[in-house]
Amino acid sequence: MNSTDILLWAVLPYIAISSFVIGLIWRFKYDKFNWTTRSSQIYEGKLLSIAGPLFHLGLFAVIGGHVVGLLVPQDFTDSVGLSHQAYHLGAITMGGAAGFATLIGISLLIYRRRTTAMVFAQTTKNDKTMYIFLVATLLAGSAATLSSAGVIGGEHNYRETVGPWVRSILTLSPNGELMMASPIAFRVHAIIAMSLFIIWPFTRLVHSLSAPVGYLFRPSIVYRTRDGRGIAGSRKARQGWERIKY
Amino acid sequence: MKVMAQMGMVMNLDKCIGCHTCSVTCKQAWTNRTGLEYAWFNNVETRPGQGYPRGYEDQAKAKGGWVRTSRGRLRLKAGSRGRRLLSIFSNPRMLNIKDYYEPWTYEYDNLITAPLGQQTPVARPKSLITGKPMKIEWSANWDDDLGGGPENIEKDPILQKLAQDVTTKVKLAFEQTFMFYLPRICEHCLNPACVAACPSGAMYKRAEDGIVLVDQQQCRGWRMCVSACPYKKVYFNHKTGKAEKCTLCYPRLEIGLPTVCSETCVGRLRYLGLFLYDADRVAEAAATENEKDLYQAQLDLILDPHDPVVLAAARAEGIPEDWLVAAQNSPVYKLAKVYKIALPLHPEYRTMPMVWYVPPLSPIVDVLTETGHDGEDVGNLFGAINALRIPLAYLAELFTAGDSELVESTLRKLSAMRSYMRDINLGREPRPEIPAAVGMDQESIYEMYRLLAIAKYEDRYVIPAAHAEQAKDLENMGKSSGCSLEGVDLGSNSGPFGQSSGNPVPVTIENFHIMKDRQTK
Repeated sequence: MNSTDILLWAVLPYIAISSFVIGLIWRFKYDKFNWTTRSSQIYEGKLLSIAGPLFHLGLFAVIGGHVVGLLVPQDFTDSVGLSHQAYHLGAITMGGAAGFATLIGISLLIYRRRTTAMVFAQTTKNDKTMYIFLVATLLAGSAATLSSAGVIGGEHNYRETVGPWVRSILTLSPNGELMMASPIAFRVHAIIAMSLFIIWPFTRLVHSLSAPVGYLFRPSIVYRTRDGRGIAGSRKARQGWERIKY
Repeated sequence: MKVMAQMGMVMNLDKCIGCHTCSVTCKQAWTNRTGLEYAWFNNVETRPGQGYPRGYEDQAKAKGGWVRTSRGRLRLKAGSRGRRLLSIFSNPRMLNIKDYYEPWTYEYDNLITAPLGQQTPVARPKSLITGKPMKIEWSANWDDDLGGGPENIEKDPILQKLAQDVTTKVKLAFEQTFMFYLPRICEHCLNPACVAACPSGAMYKRAEDGIVLVDQQQCRGWRMCVSACPYKKVYFNHKTGKAEKCTLCYPRLEIGLPTVCSETCVGRLRYLGLFLYDADRVAEAAATENEKDLYQAQLDLILDPHDPVVLAAARAEGIPEDWLVAAQNSPVYKLAKVYKIALPLHPEYRTMPMVWYVPPLSPIVDVLTETGHDGEDVGNLFGAINALRIPLAYLAELFTAGDSELVESTLRKLSAMRSYMRDINLGREPRPEIPAAVGMDQESIYEMYRLLAIAKYEDRYVIPAAHAEQAKDLENMGKSSGCSLEGVDLGSNSGPFGQSSGNPVPVTIENFHIMKDRQTK
């Protein structure tokens, strides 16, 4: 491995993880006010009603596929009697369908964003940058799926290369050699995805971290007292630099 | 019984002239910002009319408020929790900006900077959202004073409902029609649908005074509250991506001042005061089976602040003494519960709204006088109520879920008050049979007259201030070493980390020591 490979496959992953974690903590502590979906539904609802769920639900499936594909070792699926062929077929079809839905979803979302004057007017540079990384990740990921299926180049079993590499990163014993054995599409996808994680906390993507699951378990009507919570309408005083001077 | 205090408002519609001063001053105070150009925390709509946002009362479409399930429980009309959570990617009931209106300004600059030419320069309307020239097609008060005529007015959801009943057909010919004004703010409901719909738990009801607020740090912009509120009084700030709403001017209330809309009301028609209510029974009352019984159920939630049992329970909950006195002097309690002339707006939404309305009666006296009758004679008045230009059925759809008798009883009280007071004003012998005919005595009808007609500032607004000593407790919270400043450096810049490092010294303690230094020894 030359130094570039070490940087890419043993250093960059940790930079991405650090940026993601520290960035999120920083953002939550200092910029809770801007931690929102920044929904544009008030401007346009028709296209969003198809594109929004298509993209998000597709993405959930894609994320689920990544968790299974990267974190569950092949030894495990073999031992429970799931043959490599069956696994591969399932992964390609389900992953392919989910990826396709996500891509259609985001294409519609971007089309909507560009063509609806009100939505486009509220699109920031930050949003545009984020879209580039997000779409690039999705496209490279789709290319990688096609490549593992043998549509591009030869068939490739990523559970012998990318999967172990991710686990080696997570167990703090990075093994870049594994990644270098994978086809180019996988490597490109991984690099772009890592950059996406680096910028994640500083974009609107943070809203993904506040999926309101707790809603299912709380009482309907929420009461809060004025005392003990500081000024009404806020929680604890913010610790950022924007403290108001009296 | 769990006694809680609720700040409530009553608006006397008889006095509203539709001047929009409340809307304008509210706008200046709260929503003159980018992102909320289209939002009016206080708006005044002409009825009949579509309201703002357009057609918000059509709950078959808007799905706001609560419904009673077949098992007798409450559920948000938009569906179960799980179902609503699944729709956060695109809320199917979310309003479009066009339902309110696209905010605009004019290119005023063009008037003075346009080069010399044949035509007079004009200031074209320009969208405040896209910045591009736009065609103005609707706004918050497009159908003000019945503007736009029958085409616009016929879309009033209540008229559409009434139109199915031929006997209550409302006349829309200009000379025969009717109108009155309905100022609206957030209802600060006892059972707020917006709070229940918020996935993040950012919306809450303040325990001390029942004001419904949005925690701006916790709101994540899921916009469920916007569609869940049946009154559509939660607005989406499209710049910050967060929900905002009427705060009942809580910073003013906390120091004993009325809200901006009340303070600036030219007609002096707003009343502010406390209700004491039983929080334990709210859900049960809101789930009352028959919609027409909801008004009574809501009234029953409100407790008598003179009842020793209630007072003892209130003290046990830590409600301060001066708040209890304020609750006893509360004008809104008197109008809603004692005189029973104030009615809630759309009780059938089951949110238990806490802004109440005295229904309008006004045109009746003039109409009677014009027809050659004595316009203030009680017999004539009582007889004419059913023939009001503002049909009882219309008012009943607004205030009592369709129960015309309830509206009639409030209007009878108002006309009895007029007749009774006329005898006094003309120096004649007052007639006790007039108040008796509406189940009141002379003293209470006179007091009601004082509250409605004289309407002194201090009678209209009985607002107990928030407790300063509680605020002081807050400031000193977490300080265990009493008032000692040992080890705390005051004032000077000494120390390795400079002046502003370390935990802040509570102001009270700081002041105490500064004052002590200044004292002559």
